[in-house]
Amino acid sequence: MKDKVLMQGNQAVAEGALAAGVKFCAGYPITPSTEVIEILAKKLPSHGGRFIQMEDELASIGAIIGASAAGKKSITATSGPGFSLMQENLGYAAMVEVPIVIYNAQRVGPSTGGATKPHQADIMQTKWGSHGDSPRIALMPGSVKEAYEITIKAFNFSEKYMVPVVILMDELLAHMRESVIIPKKEELEVINRRTDVAPQAEYLPYRMDETGIPVLPPLGGGYRYNISGMIHGENGIPDLSPETIDACVRRINSKLDKYYDDIVIVENEKNESAKIALFVFGSTTRPAKGAIKKAKKAGIEVELIRPITIWPFPEKEVREVAERMDKIIVAEMNLGQTAGLVRQAIEGKAEVVQLNRVDSGHISVDDLYHKILEISS
Amino acid sequence: MSKLDKYLRTDQMPHFACPGCTHGTAWAAMIRSIEQLGLDKNKTVMVCAIGCAGRLPVYLDFPSIRTPHGRALSYATGVKLANPDLNVIVFMGDGDASAIGGNHLIHTARRNLDITAIVATNEIYGMTGGQYAPTTEGGRFASTAPFGMIENQLDVCKLVEGAGASFVGRGDVYHVRELKDLIASAITHKGFSLVEVFTTCPTHFGRRNNMKKPSVLVEHLKNLTVSKKQAEKMTEEEVAGKLLRGILLKEERPEYVETYDRLAGFKEEGESV
Ligand SMILES: Cc1ncc(C[n+]2csc(CCOP(=O)(O)OP(=O)(O)O)c2C)c(N)n1
Ligand code: SF4
Ligand SMILES: [Mg+2]
Repeated sequence: MKDKVLMQGNQAVAEGALAAGVKFCAGYPITPSTEVIEILAKKLPSHGGRFIQMEDELASIGAIIGASAAGKKSITATSGPGFSLMQENLGYAAMVEVPIVIYNAQRVGPSTGGATKPHQADIMQTKWGSHGDSPRIALMPGSVKEAYEITIKAFNFSEKYMVPVVILMDELLAHMRESVIIPKKEELEVINRRTDVAPQAEYLPYRMDETGIPVLPPLGGGYRYNISGMIHGENGIPDLSPETIDACVRRINSKLDKYYDDIVIVENEKNESAKIALFVFGSTTRPAKGAIKKAKKAGIEVELIRPITIWPFPEKEVREVAERMDKIIVAEMNLGQTAGLVRQAIEGKAEVVQLNRVDSGHISVDDLYHKILEISS
Repeated sequence: MSKLDKYLRTDQMPHFACPGCTHGTAWAAMIRSIEQLGLDKNKTVMVCAIGCAGRLPVYLDFPSIRTPHGRALSYATGVKLANPDLNVIVFMGDGDASAIGGNHLIHTARRNLDITAIVATNEIYGMTGGQYAPTTEGGRFASTAPFGMIENQLDVCKLVEGAGASFVGRGDVYHVRELKDLIASAITHKGFSLVEVFTTCPTHFGRRNNMKKPSVLVEHLKNLTVSKKQAEKMTEEEVAGKLLRGILLKEERPEYVETYDRLAGFKEEGESV
């Protein structure tokens, strides 16, 4: 029998991380994410792991990159102000291809904003907050149950593709309580990074095989190589020749391309009679489903498209929907961060209608329903 | 071929350092101490960040990680907590360790985590062309202190002692023979250990402060410090203005991971209860 447990969103993230095999967490308290570090502080030691509260978020992310480089699955949890402080090290992790998971419970911004209130406005920062071009995966669960599953996925992706993965939730989901069905250990898919490396004499940390993903054995585990945020070639040693710079920047930024179909998760139920699509994510998932039902009763067909993976952005899926629609409502708790991405993806194939709420109230069934009525009349 | 070649990535030579730079003297002392202690190369992780001093891992045949500027100690904390069996050595420049990384320095010392930090104090930002550091002596000139340094000079040893380090040592590259033993004592110490090594940057510090000749600058170091032993025999006036050299503090105190594992009941996965 599976266990059914009533959980808060933050708890689901912490439990998901433990199920995924997390062995290290470093964090700095910040609302609305703090429960994650509190739970992991208590539970990690009995799961073969350690926790430490660091002096700030620069240190938290630094410590998890160090621990991951030494071979342990690692996570930190934060919110906007802390996430801003993590940006340089986030770019570093992407550059050196050391897997980490960052949980960001989005709160009202900018700046200190509002600690106990939700926004969904860190989407662009997640991808572009660090200097330079570098890869990321970002996942946005739509319920507490999904938060558990997606956290495991986040670890799996980061280990498989040697890339930082950001779990983007918002304050609403972080503090929401719902039943979560905990699968049995045998039923979980847990992926660990590769360790099948060539003997030391032949080993080069950034020499790619056909997977295009480096194999980095734990630091101190018997292999002597250098991890460096400076542009490096196959041997990991700094090299600023134009050829190496070009190859390094292009390689890390294209390494996920061929895994797009594995990484990009989108909920989209095709509705042949719909001419309006609703693009939402995170805590707006449930209200969106309610609004679609309500519209159906009023005789208006609406199709849902909900990205769980927001980076890489699901361009292909969004374009496919746009080709069948007249209008796409993009509803988000920010001033239009993904609306721009949707426009770019669909190249004018449908009209983009924005619904933006930044008063910290959640986007309700009625908000969405009225927008649907407004544009269908 | 030198005796230390087995610790070096000889294919990366020649190194980048300017003629007369003495960061290399501190590196060499550290490698000699590793040799003396017989540390397993595979189990000794070098953590460095940015700056001339932090360039070290490029030349050393150890598992190594070069972090963003100032962050070395936070990364080292993660490495050590992930695998406490490793020797973790962090080599930093003075700016790296005490300015941008100052907060990590305070708190790593306070936790008494068993890692060794070596800080190469050349009183300047060498890599970026000679700006002043927190460690620059009052009145000295730097590209960003064209009228002389007006800020108070930071004493890195006092800072970490105050923060709770259980081992603090100071040396310099003039008294190089003492350095190997000093660093070896720091590495063998259980808990956070820091050794500040005064080095010289003729290119930027020397040139701006009338000590362009590398040997003159090293000579200047000679008079900067006095060994703890010598100081005991000197009068207060004679010692005034000089920095003490040697082991300045060594105390047995509970180490972080040991305490954590005991209190938290930490078990490696698969270990029976
Ligand atoms: C975040 C960040 N800020 C600034 C720099 C530029 N920078 C590189 S090295 C350095 C100073 C290094 O000085 P120090 O640590 O004293 O080492 P030294 O070169 O003197 O050995 C600075 C400011 C950087 N690389 N990263
Ligand atoms: S700039 Fe100064 S610290 Fe850097 S290599 Fe040259 S002499 Fe050494
Ligand atoms: Mg310096």
